[in-house]
Amino acid sequence: MEVGKAVKRVIDRVSAAEWQPPKGRLPVGKTYKMFVGGAFIRSESGRTFQVSAIADVSLADPATVNVPLGSRKDVRDAVLIAKNAQPAWWGRSAYNRGQILYRLAEVMEARREELTQSLVRGGADKTAQSEVDSAIERTVYYAGFCDKVAALLTTQSPTGGPHFTFSVAEPMGVVGIVAPPQPALLGLVSSVLPVIAGGNTCVAIASESDPRTSVLFCECLATSDLPAGVVNVLTGQAADLGVQLAKHRDVAGIDLWSDSNELRMQVERDGAESVKRVTTHDTMPTERWIDSAVGQGLGWVERFVETKTVWHPVGL
Amino acid sequence: MGNQIVNGRDASASPSKNADRDRLEFGNAWAYAPSLESTDHIRIPARHELFIGGKWQAPKSGVYFDSTSPSTDEKLSEFAEANAEDVDLAVQAARTAYDKYWGKMRGSERAKYIFRIARAIQEKTRELAIIESMDGGKPIKESRDVDMPLSAAHYFYHAGWADKLEYAFQGRKARPLGVAAQIIPWNFPFLMAAWKIAPALACGNTVVLKPAETTPLSAMWLAKIFEEIELPPGVVNIVTGAGATGEALARHPGVNKVAFTGSTDVGKKIQALLAGTKKRLTLELGGKAANIIFADAAIDQAIEGIIGGIYFNQGHVCCAGSRLLVEESIHDLVVDKLRDRIATIRIGNPLDKNTDIGAINSRKQLDKITRLADAGERDGATRFATKCDLPAKGNWFPPTFFTGVSQSSVIAREEIFGPVLAVMTFRTPEEALEKANNTMYGLSAGVWTDKGAKSLWMSQRLNAGVIWSNTYNKFDPSAPFGGFKESGFGREGGRQGLRGYVEID
Repeated sequence: MEVGKAVKRVIDRVSAAEWQPPKGRLPVGKTYKMFVGGAFIRSESGRTFQVSAIADVSLADPATVNVPLGSRKDVRDAVLIAKNAQPAWWGRSAYNRGQILYRLAEVMEARREELTQSLVRGGADKTAQSEVDSAIERTVYYAGFCDKVAALLTTQSPTGGPHFTFSVAEPMGVVGIVAPPQPALLGLVSSVLPVIAGGNTCVAIASESDPRTSVLFCECLATSDLPAGVVNVLTGQAADLGVQLAKHRDVAGIDLWSDSNELRMQVERDGAESVKRVTTHDTMPTERWIDSAVGQGLGWVERFVETKTVWHPVGL
Repeated sequence: MGNQIVNGRDASASPSKNADRDRLEFGNAWAYAPSLESTDHIRIPARHELFIGGKWQAPKSGVYFDSTSPSTDEKLSEFAEANAEDVDLAVQAARTAYDKYWGKMRGSERAKYIFRIARAIQEKTRELAIIESMDGGKPIKESRDVDMPLSAAHYFYHAGWADKLEYAFQGRKARPLGVAAQIIPWNFPFLMAAWKIAPALACGNTVVLKPAETTPLSAMWLAKIFEEIELPPGVVNIVTGAGATGEALARHPGVNKVAFTGSTDVGKKIQALLAGTKKRLTLELGGKAANIIFADAAIDQAIEGIIGGIYFNQGHVCCAGSRLLVEESIHDLVVDKLRDRIATIRIGNPLDKNTDIGAINSRKQLDKITRLADAGERDGATRFATKCDLPAKGNWFPPTFFTGVSQSSVIAREEIFGPVLAVMTFRTPEEALEKANNTMYGLSAGVWTDKGAKSLWMSQRLNAGVIWSNTYNKFDPSAPFGGFKESGFGREGGRQGLRGYVEID
């Protein structure tokens, strides 16, 4: 079965004579919602799109579920929330931000099985377990990075004349992320965490092919002490929502993972109108994302920080 | 509009509540005897060709354009206008040089070439300063004491990085990008070339440089320096021309990186032009910096900082402190002192060693400054300008400031790029911060206070790439320079500046 494509499952219709009650109890399915400002919300548009399971595992949901189809207004609302949440997030101590990310890893660990099952359902199958494990490891990695970034990126300049001059790395503000379709969990985790470790807040567009695992990840975020609005995740069409992010003036930077040249070009062109810091990437196979030499590092944090240079005279 | 209340103050009233205090009357005290820099030894060729592949080549376009002195309106020389074909030749030359030797050369060898450039500039500082002032209109004391020494310093500084790049990125391996297209502005022609070329060469890239069409002269002297120090052919190529030449260069598919310094409008166009091309880009664009002065600041030092902040280089500075935010309680005192101080500014012949403010770079720029200043008056602000005699020929604009400027006024929002200051007031640090950050730009800011904690509090919250605390307009090759928001991205100078010229594994 092809990974990354939702395949419509034929639902066996049975006659009344054939119908049997479920073994045990009827499971309670989940309503999938977007994660904005710390709350799980429907799209303001009231619209949804359908996502079908690629492989069946014993989760509560029916094979096909409705997921919110995020709109331009949802993007605007989320960006505003992220913008308002940013100063307080950056205002926390780096140590505190690190602890919050570590707490996230703890929560993910506790839901390791559920995350894995969800990925299998979305078609990840063979790589699902290692993808989840890698996502947890990566969260621990960035938890320990929050209070090291300054040490690695700050410089002092031996400027001429009696001046003390230093340059620090500061967050850009709100970063828009278009996560890759696959790997649905690790792609989102790997692109979101370095952005918030650097002190930014973000609006991320979840994998279109497996948004359910992203929502599950949001449930981890919601129970991890992460302040509301730091990470906002919308579901819907990446091509549509990515362009809305690119057009929004309060979005300082965009990280776009897509194989569509058309989308990349449009996001880069629209981003130019407000001089956005846009990085676009081809998608990668899951093994590359799992590889810590590729899928994480200082460079990931560096992409979305600004250098601020402060001069002060020295004298009596 | 004339008597609207701005920040609780009557904008039409005299800015000074103690206007009857003793005024300093300078009379002719500042009418210095001229002290002209001699130009006898300067020989400017009548015509300049393109510098491509280490050779001076006539343009395929067959077209030449004039560069005139903005202080005399006299034609200095004519320059080749490179068309797309010429640009193509230059990019090919840069590619060949990159592939054949420069990209592969040991860093320590590249370094020695760049050190040679620095030394040659130091040796020719006087001559370079003179032609820079002739072509661009900036005062000789500035081109002599700022532009040229800083240019030499930039090459010297970056030369030393060429064999130490493995330390610059925490052990990650850095590789050059290839051919860098560099488009520079007219306000610091020679210095901007240094900011661009030095890091590009240090990191192993080759260069096609396009100087601004009103100030191409010193780039020709730079090319002569490259010949003299035997820089391998094609490592730096210089194509002169206007916007069309720059566009052809940015568009060229053989270019791996574009570095642009200039207006935000053009920067946005270049960024859009590069969409989907995978070319790397750094932009250093416009600014509308707030210079914030608190009541507890050392006022006289702050006044000097304000004056230098806005009138340095005729205000043709992207990081100029063009919005003065004064704590309300000292507004009248500051305005009085500013009036006294601008009365002492000497404006005139750029080659006069006494001159503080030279000529406006072009007629077009003069028209823009005039239009915006007039709009400021129409918006209800009160204008103060020195009443000095301006030379009959050339482009001149007297040092000017406006009081009673509303936040929405065009002179508080738009980059004027001239010697025009907008004065506004605030009551609390929070208000100062709010006003300072209320702009699409984010290049620089100034903070004047004697309280260290307040200074750092402001510095942390100002959305700008460079914060000058109790100082202004300081530059150094070791200090990263560049903007937040629509002032561009990427840094020039320091370890951070190298990032724009390398690929990291």
